[in-house]
Amino acid sequence: MYEGAVQDLIDELGRLPGVGPKSAQRIAFHLLAADPADVKRLVTALTEVKDKVRFCRICGNVTEQDECRVCRDPRRDLTAICVVEESKDVVAIEKTREFRGRYHVLGGAISPIEGIGPDDLRVRELMTRLADGTVEELILATDPNLEGEATAAYLARLVKPMGLRVTRLASGLPVGGDLEYADEVTLGRAFEGRRQVDV
Amino acid sequence: MHVSALSLTDFRSWAQLDVELTPGPTALVGSNGQGKTNIVEALLYVATLGSHRVSVDAPLVRQGAERAIVRARVERDERTTLVELELNPGKANRARINRGAVPRAREVLGLLRTVLFAPEDLTLVRGDPSARRTFLDDLLVARVPRLAGVRSDYERVLKQRNALLKTAFLAKRSGGGDMRTLDVWDAHLAKTGSELLAARLGLVDDLQPLVEVAYREVSKGQGDVALGYRSSLGEGMPQSQDREVLAAALLSELARVRQNEVERGVSLVGPHRDELVLTLGSMPVKGYASHGESWSVALALRLGSYELLKSDGGEPVLVLDDVFAELDTGRRERLASLVQGAEQVLVTAAVPGDVPEQLMGGRYDVHDGAVVRVR
Repeated sequence: MYEGAVQDLIDELGRLPGVGPKSAQRIAFHLLAADPADVKRLVTALTEVKDKVRFCRICGNVTEQDECRVCRDPRRDLTAICVVEESKDVVAIEKTREFRGRYHVLGGAISPIEGIGPDDLRVRELMTRLADGTVEELILATDPNLEGEATAAYLARLVKPMGLRVTRLASGLPVGGDLEYADEVTLGRAFEGRRQVDV
Repeated sequence: MHVSALSLTDFRSWAQLDVELTPGPTALVGSNGQGKTNIVEALLYVATLGSHRVSVDAPLVRQGAERAIVRARVERDERTTLVELELNPGKANRARINRGAVPRAREVLGLLRTVLFAPEDLTLVRGDPSARRTFLDDLLVARVPRLAGVRSDYERVLKQRNALLKTAFLAKRSGGGDMRTLDVWDAHLAKTGSELLAARLGLVDDLQPLVEVAYREVSKGQGDVALGYRSSLGEGMPQSQDREVLAAALLSELARVRQNEVERGVSLVGPHRDELVLTLGSMPVKGYASHGESWSVALALRLGSYELLKSDGGEPVLVLDDVFAELDTGRRERLASLVQGAEQVLVTAAVPGDVPEQLMGGRYDVHDGAVVRVR
């Protein structure tokens, strides 16, 4: 145990995801030794993130304005919505530059153990967005784990009566990898989702 | 296959232990509390990634240590594989195969196969249905390591679904209730459940003739043992072992009992409610068989497992943990002669007299934190 402020800092850092007691201690001492201006910048960044950042009125993505950058962009395709669990998934998909539609960030996945049901996610907002008939395709891009699959299946059932095209991201082999290194589940899925080769 | 070397660091009572092992029978002899069972427990951990004595890893790590390490050198078809496991309670365990790290500890499943005989085997016959389900599922995973994933997926689906049913139950009492997501979990349960169910049905079919033969040998031809699978589907159980047919049957049964499930707040249909039924002649073993007969059935289940794994290719290592002290002279002799031809047999006993003569190949004395080869 350290005295007062140092221990407080270690405790606070230790509560962050992915930071254990040893890392917390290392970061704390790094900050102690760092230039005061650098620490100031970090403090400002931390305060600003809480003050300025909000959630997009339309899709729920993080933004500093009323609407996020994707929703503000007039070139985006309004007929497709890609549903993701978290804002960081938006960033991941944006990097691909494959998708030109807009997003919908649910804020998690259905998990009864953690007490998360559809009402705790931004499902109602999604239904409102789909109501006016502009959207033709809904892409379900929740995580390929049990809870993500359950969320996708739930949404698929929910929007079925609306008659729009509902798709799910494919799961399968990583590009540039070797077949032999794929685990059985992934390889099995890749077999299930195999495609006709067009020549 | 056989294990030619086993090394433990901070595992249970052992700070450090290195033993060289040979094929054929080997006895580990030492008084109670010296750590014999801890040695074979480590070996079983390498084979199954779990302990037969506890369900969590924390007790496996020596008091005061942060992690335990188990290394086993496995010889199979003239190939040597070094399996290393690092047990980190509360965190993910790490594994290395031939010094190379593997992404998931699960990858080591299947490299070493074991069949354990232990005094607790009597609960296989006399205990709750869950003991027999665990027996089936452990054997399934030993045969097809991929099913470890199906098994853990099923458990997770069940947990999620039960959590939902419980909240639904409470919500209903207070007037609300949201059943919309239940359909989704039903579909998940039917999908993973049917895979587990189909695998279990196939296993029981394959195991039945082998257990029958083993029982006749152990009991000297007294009566016939039969294995049956009683599904929670009851009348709705299809004849087919096709996964899609089973999934459809599970779904329709789930729909039928939904009201009841919501009222009770638990999942009432699925492989987690099924039972491996053991019968002797026309009587169920549980509740009717004598102590000796129960032991014969338990031994027959283990011997049958051994024969099954052997016929799949890859003869398992047999581990007989303190089991001879539990048996009468006749069964002791017959069991000893049935297993003595196996590629590797490890026997633990408190006194040398508990090790049948046929299995007195190599002998180690386990005493005061040391293992000494005496023969």
